[in-house]
Amino acid sequence: MDFLISDEQKQLQDLIHQFIQKDYPFDVREKLVKTEEGFSKDFWKTFSQFGLLAMPFSEEDGGFNGGPVDIMIILEAFGTGLIVEPYIPNIVLSGNLVSKLGSKDQKDAILPNLLNGDMQLAFAFSEPQSRFDLNDVTTSAEKDGDGYKLNGYKCVVMNGPAADKLIVSARTAGSQLDENGISLFIVDRETKGVSLRDYSNVDGSKASELTLEDVVLTNDALLGKQDKAFSTIEEVVNLATLAISAEAIGIMQKMNELTLEYTKTREQFGQALSQFQALQHRMVDTFMVHEQTKSLLLMAAAKMNDKSEDAVKSISALKYQVGNAAKLIGEEAIQLHGGMGVTEEMSIGHYFKRLTTIRTIFGNADYHLKKYSSL
Amino acid sequence: MNLSFSEEDLKFQSEVRSFIKENYPSEIKEKMDNGVPVSKDDIVTWQKILSKKGWFAINWPEEHGGSGWSVTQKFIFQNELAEANTPNIVPFGVSMCGPVIYTFGTEEQKKRFLPDIRDNNVWWCQGYSEPGSGSDLASLKTKAEKKGDKYIVNGTKTWTTMAQHADWIFCLVRTDSSGIKQQGISFLLIDMKSPGVEVKPIITIDGSHEVNMVYLDNVEVPSENLIGEEGAGWSIAKFLLAHERTGIGGIPHLKREIRRLRQITEELPLNEGFLKDDQLFMDKLNKVEIDLLSAEFTELRTLASISAGGHPGPESSILKIGGTDLQQSLSDLYVEALGYYAHPFMSEEDLKSNEKRIGPDFAANVMPHYLNYRKVSIYGGSNEVQRNVIAKAVLGL
Repeated sequence: MDFLISDEQKQLQDLIHQFIQKDYPFDVREKLVKTEEGFSKDFWKTFSQFGLLAMPFSEEDGGFNGGPVDIMIILEAFGTGLIVEPYIPNIVLSGNLVSKLGSKDQKDAILPNLLNGDMQLAFAFSEPQSRFDLNDVTTSAEKDGDGYKLNGYKCVVMNGPAADKLIVSARTAGSQLDENGISLFIVDRETKGVSLRDYSNVDGSKASELTLEDVVLTNDALLGKQDKAFSTIEEVVNLATLAISAEAIGIMQKMNELTLEYTKTREQFGQALSQFQALQHRMVDTFMVHEQTKSLLLMAAAKMNDKSEDAVKSISALKYQVGNAAKLIGEEAIQLHGGMGVTEEMSIGHYFKRLTTIRTIFGNADYHLKKYSSL
Repeated sequence: MNLSFSEEDLKFQSEVRSFIKENYPSEIKEKMDNGVPVSKDDIVTWQKILSKKGWFAINWPEEHGGSGWSVTQKFIFQNELAEANTPNIVPFGVSMCGPVIYTFGTEEQKKRFLPDIRDNNVWWCQGYSEPGSGSDLASLKTKAEKKGDKYIVNGTKTWTTMAQHADWIFCLVRTDSSGIKQQGISFLLIDMKSPGVEVKPIITIDGSHEVNMVYLDNVEVPSENLIGEEGAGWSIAKFLLAHERTGIGGIPHLKREIRRLRQITEELPLNEGFLKDDQLFMDKLNKVEIDLLSAEFTELRTLASISAGGHPGPESSILKIGGTDLQQSLSDLYVEALGYYAHPFMSEEDLKSNEKRIGPDFAANVMPHYLNYRKVSIYGGSNEVQRNVIAKAVLGL
């Protein structure tokens, strides 16, 4: 039993931290999120050169066979720099779905382009009524001659605006909440009947509302077996939950550092804020909460790596704790920054916004406490 | 990174498990399982069984009888002890005084004191707090005056856990009052049989006699009982406190306790069903269980880094706060689980008698445990003091 990461993993971590320090300061990020695309295609290419985009895929698929621990390392480092490039929607969600379920033709058409940074993907799984329940699917795919006809609505599709192709979950059998009867389809954004309403989220990321109206697809748009996509969706979203938890923990660490630094320099009543015991104890608490949540992250990553039987339960324990910790650390950081904490000018508020959206993504604390209880 | 047990670890686990199964005396186990207080003899008997096997002073250097085990093995061992519901190891000799002596003592002192601690021939207690110095430990006033080759010690120690059983006490004493309060403190070992040592019980709100006042009135202590230099007591005290805090969280026991509580929710009647049908209660239980996972893996991370880099430092304060918060939350959940049946008070005599208990079998100790456990956020340096330690040593404030 050990908590040490390998030398290669350490190098990967250092590489990302150096990139953030050299090429991704806060003002660069701020300019990026205000562009129409909302992120940098050049940086995305850089990530491809770093090998980050190929990390989780098998060697056959052109990847490096990275596991949950590698994903954790990448996203935790990304969190410290508030990197907005859409790694989770592209690689952890969509890429993994194609890699796990795709036919040879589908993989050939998508994976090389995804891995070299030339193609953008999005996974459209959430519907207005489904919240975090992946089995709640009303978007329908009816057999239509030699293919399928899709109708329905998907909401807040991460990376929708940039996506060349969307992977859409749709019901081919069963009733609204049945796990059986859910299928996945690869849909070109230009297909007739597909309309996307693109927008920005508060955290600087981009998303879309997706309407599907009599979208006619051929059989080769079906990803994996008809009716049987649910367990793979769940598996991939579990990995994405680990990934976004790692990002949150990187953000928490950075917010604690920024807050500590700020209280050391800001003076009130003739002394630095950091001299007040009332504030010291609060910073100790946020420090501890970060450490304790990070312990759960390491535990969950290791259990996923080992394919341990309680891996899924530990992911829910993790995301529950991330939800609580994000609220505490985020809100405390803003409070301790005083009025400056609520200005657009300082980075702390931007970390706070991303941390706050992460509380919800892939399930909030209540959802995961319930899931934990049921497992 | 790899958090699973190796083949060897699993073999070790089954070795420990079968040793406990074969050697844990059934009369002690019965008391523990029924919530009957264990006696000094019970504790010493069990600890001697571990000593004889070489499994008592497991954290010590091997040259003094330590185990040489890896962090994983120690983790497994502690979990198995807790799982089998064995009495808590009394820490004052083995986890506190022992490490001080093998770290700061002379060869002579090591030879004289360590074997008896390791083999459980001597019971130690801790003379730190005083009526006037609680969290502000360095303000202590117990005075030791050098007269020839002796110290004459005068003062009062308080909150001295199990002093009524102790053969020896390790004390922080003031040998010099001229400088700042942290200077002039020394670390002295005192034989409890010395003339002038008097122990008086303090009864706590749970009705138990665990802690004491220890009065020292012109007690003569040979100067060879001084550990380290005269005036070095404060650094020794801090070293010892870090050791004390690391083990204080009691995670392995909590794991057992929470599993037991979950089982209880399936047995305790509620309306037409069982307590487990109360989702609000179960949510609280699940929250504590997740917090316990965090604490457990934080402890493991810390132990792993300690084993790579030496003695525990301020990290131990994090474990102390986290562990004691959990101890208190869980003791409160047990009270909630019982409803009215948390209220009947059973004396030690009641507990020992064969008469049928009032309410569920496990009920008698629940409220006393809750009351007793208010202490955990106060002792070993209050949790507020721990936050001061972390603010200074970790956050650099």
